[in-house]
Amino acid sequence: MSLMTLHLKVWRQAGPDQPGRFETYTLNNVNPHMSFLEMLDVLNEQLIKEGKEPVEYDNDCREGICGMCSLVINGIPHGQLPRTATCQLHMRHFNDGDTITIEPFRARAFPVVKDLVVDRSAFDRIIARGGYISVNTGSAPDANTIPVAKEKADAAMDAAECIGCGACVAACPNASAALFVGAKISQYILLPQGQPERPRRVLRMVAQMDEEKFGACSNHGECEAVCPKGISIINIARMRKDYRKAALGLL
Amino acid sequence: MATDITWKEGKPVDGKTPDGPIETRWQRHKDKLKVVSPANKRKFTIIVVGTGLAGASAAASLAELGYNVLSFCIQDSPRRAHSIAAQGGINAAKNYQNDNDSVWRLFYDTIKGGDFRARESNVYRLAQVSANIIDQCVAQGVPFAREYGGLLANRSFGGVLVSRTFYARGQTGQQLLLGAYGALMRQVDLGKAKIFPRREMLDLVVIDGKARGIVVRNLVNGNIESYAADAVVLCTGGYGNIYYLSTNAMNSNATAVWRCHKRGAYFGNPCFVQIHPTCIPVSGDYQSKLTLMSESLRNDGRVWVPKKKGDKRPPTEIPEEERDYYLERMYPTYGNLVPRDVASRAAKRMCDEGYGVGETGRAVYLDFSDAIRRLGEDYIRDKYGNLFEMYEKITGENPYKVPMRIYPAVHYVMGGLWVDYNLMSTIPGLFVLGEANFSDHGANRLGASALMQGLADGYFIIPYTMGDYLANTLPEKVDTDHPAFKDSEKEIQAYVDRLLSVNGKRTVREIHRELGLLMWDKVGMARNAQGLKEALEKIRQLREEFWTNVRVTGSSNTLNKYLEFAGRVADYLELAELMAIDAYHREESCGGHFREEYQTPEGEAQRNDEKFSYVAAWEYQGPQDPPVLHKEPLKFEYVKPTQRSYK
Ligand SMILES: Cc1cc2nc3c(=O)[nH]c(=O)nc-3n(C[C@H](O)[C@H](O)[C@H](O)COP(=O)(O)OP(=O)(O)OC[C@H]3O[C@@H](n4cnc5c(N)ncnc54)[C@H](O)[C@@H]3O)c2cc1C
Ligand code: SF4
Ligand code: FES
Repeated sequence: MSLMTLHLKVWRQAGPDQPGRFETYTLNNVNPHMSFLEMLDVLNEQLIKEGKEPVEYDNDCREGICGMCSLVINGIPHGQLPRTATCQLHMRHFNDGDTITIEPFRARAFPVVKDLVVDRSAFDRIIARGGYISVNTGSAPDANTIPVAKEKADAAMDAAECIGCGACVAACPNASAALFVGAKISQYILLPQGQPERPRRVLRMVAQMDEEKFGACSNHGECEAVCPKGISIINIARMRKDYRKAALGLL
Repeated sequence: MATDITWKEGKPVDGKTPDGPIETRWQRHKDKLKVVSPANKRKFTIIVVGTGLAGASAAASLAELGYNVLSFCIQDSPRRAHSIAAQGGINAAKNYQNDNDSVWRLFYDTIKGGDFRARESNVYRLAQVSANIIDQCVAQGVPFAREYGGLLANRSFGGVLVSRTFYARGQTGQQLLLGAYGALMRQVDLGKAKIFPRREMLDLVVIDGKARGIVVRNLVNGNIESYAADAVVLCTGGYGNIYYLSTNAMNSNATAVWRCHKRGAYFGNPCFVQIHPTCIPVSGDYQSKLTLMSESLRNDGRVWVPKKKGDKRPPTEIPEEERDYYLERMYPTYGNLVPRDVASRAAKRMCDEGYGVGETGRAVYLDFSDAIRRLGEDYIRDKYGNLFEMYEKITGENPYKVPMRIYPAVHYVMGGLWVDYNLMSTIPGLFVLGEANFSDHGANRLGASALMQGLADGYFIIPYTMGDYLANTLPEKVDTDHPAFKDSEKEIQAYVDRLLSVNGKRTVREIHRELGLLMWDKVGMARNAQGLKEALEKIRQLREEFWTNVRVTGSSNTLNKYLEFAGRVADYLELAELMAIDAYHREESCGGHFREEYQTPEGEAQRNDEKFSYVAAWEYQGPQDPPVLHKEPLKFEYVKPTQRSYK
């Protein structure tokens, strides 16, 4: 397998209120088996050796499940490979001599913390408004007293797979969080356990979403296209329908 | 010339386990625990460090009871804790499959799987509360896999003969954690819990002998912040990343437990590390972590190597009769489902002997072609689709067509801070839950039991034992102006500045990688006295090298990931030494701790119950002084220790 030379145009920004700019770095000997983040690790080793500040980027699991990695790669959140988080994108999908542009997720609700790191705490505040079923520890009946049809359970799981990364927001021209919020709401719409709080949940979560300054959804569908978990925009439709009904007191 | 390994003998420690019939121990114990009145609960503040399954479930449950909870984590959101990555499932003694499972059988399997180095009382309690966990999670809306009839599905996991594992596709940890995180965020909404993400605990504050707070670094602006409380619950996960390469998330670390150890908490069985048999092999030195392929794959995948050494043919061209399905050959009863330690060592042995496959020769095949023929590709896709996808993303190979290549990797630590039956460490008011404690798994953990233990600790044990501690001690109020907080803040700031001022030539990663390789070679899957002595010597040299030649750039008053890593590696360089000492002192093989000098003629782990049927609880004595070994004798009243056999 032959090694590659890559030119990286990386967004550098010292802090939230500082101006940012692109810096270009050249990396030789990039192994195609490396993951994208491993490639950045190598860049950082090089920068540290030169006495420079390494590039900051969020990541943790490096398995595509924690939702911590972000990055807009050549203009696409999580890069060009469908259904793949940045940490699972491997360098074999790039070519020798390529120039790669690397930017943070950009959205009003996700201010830049430093370099490629953004603040996604708005998502936590939305979840606090009802992204759960209110059940205290110890009060649950035997698990098999709540049967759930396999199709429903599978559909709920499809929605529940969201990793909370925020790529959907970064991809949306309106910076809407509808896919993230719709996925959580759908999971509970589909399950019997979610029914008692159904109207209250959708009203409160949507209100918080608006308060956090996410834009409105106008059906571009960019969110689904970049979602590393392939969360479907059907979830947005489910949320909307429930919201309308709940707002009219019909749910 | 290798250094001598020394330690001092201390007094025995008491796990304070109840006696009498094991079936009623926990109930009788609970009956005796004091309860804090609802009006008084709101006067107490509890710090919970970590938001994995243990931390999130503890924080939520304690807040539900009425305590004020402060919850800390390193990631930008509590939902991202390492528990999120658990794939395969969670055990519970529900016996939904009618295959004769029971609390007793789960208890028995866990004690045996742990090679008789766990406490009977704790393990029995764990098995008892396991069923409540599933009830709780289903009520929270965790979308577990289901049968067409609408009831819960199960699968089996290594080391057992029943199907007791509940799962949510290959994302069980994610779904359980999102359930617990939701419960925590509900308490945030209700004003009972407050979350502090992007904070790293760097010290425990002990006042009048009790844990009274923590000092953290705010990872965004570098501020050193103090938080006071009436008790501290540590749920900071395992230290597998000491090996540099492991299946753990990049931010998993030992810092919180190690700093507590230095403040007086004993460290239990530090050398008990689990090496998982089915991980994607290393591909190059840039490698930053290893990826687990869930053990559940061994239900349908068959492990093999070519019968001929150094056979370079592609796997699909090696005919059936020239393949050695060595696990099935060596362990006819359990076959591919032997426990992890057994499977890992067998893979190592095959590769050591020259039968390994792939470019490096450090891999064996995990082959699904039989299962695909028998059950169809759709069935396999439904069960393991996302794992296959992950494998293909990383390796560029399609496991539906060619067998996976796998090799063992560091995965989990059974060792951790020593706790009593109430999950309290040797520092009053410091409780330790989840992987961070020395745990209920003895010398080897069975698959799908870590999630069970983390949630058992957080949902069903700490809510009871915490009340008893607070009601008995009635801690006096302290605040962060107390000199103990101020002193610690100063020490931490000085420590951070020191890391930045070395300004040497080697990066944190380089030193960490070197430590990892050393630990993997000498304190890894197989250990021996000579190797451990060499390791100790080299660890000390490397520590010296770190403090004189590390280079951390940037400043302390901003987000600086490499500064965080530097502090963690500095702690690994101390913990590594204790692991080597513990591994050296335990002159037997048990579970994941394999001392080459102590093995049966068939190459299996040989315990020495007469001398080593105890938990080693180590006390810190200072950087230059040998640690003190306190023993907690283990009594086996219900399961008689025998040589483990999976044949
Ligand atoms: C890839 C993989 C798959 C697994 N699959 C399974 C499985 O299928 N079944 C099973 O039972 N087990 C599995 N395990 C094991 C299991 O996932 C872990 O043992 C368990 O999740 C640990 O949970 P925890 O709550 O103790 O800690 P963690 O989930 O590790 O959480 C630690 C928390 O502590 C925080 N923290 C750490 N240090 C500090 C500090 N200094 N300051 C502030 N916060 C700190 C972190 O931010 C995090 O929130 C798997 C493990 C791995 C690696
Ligand atoms: S919906 Fe998809 S893109 Fe959006 S947060 Fe969830 S996983 Fe990320
Ligand atoms: S680092 Fe966890 S999803 Fe990418």
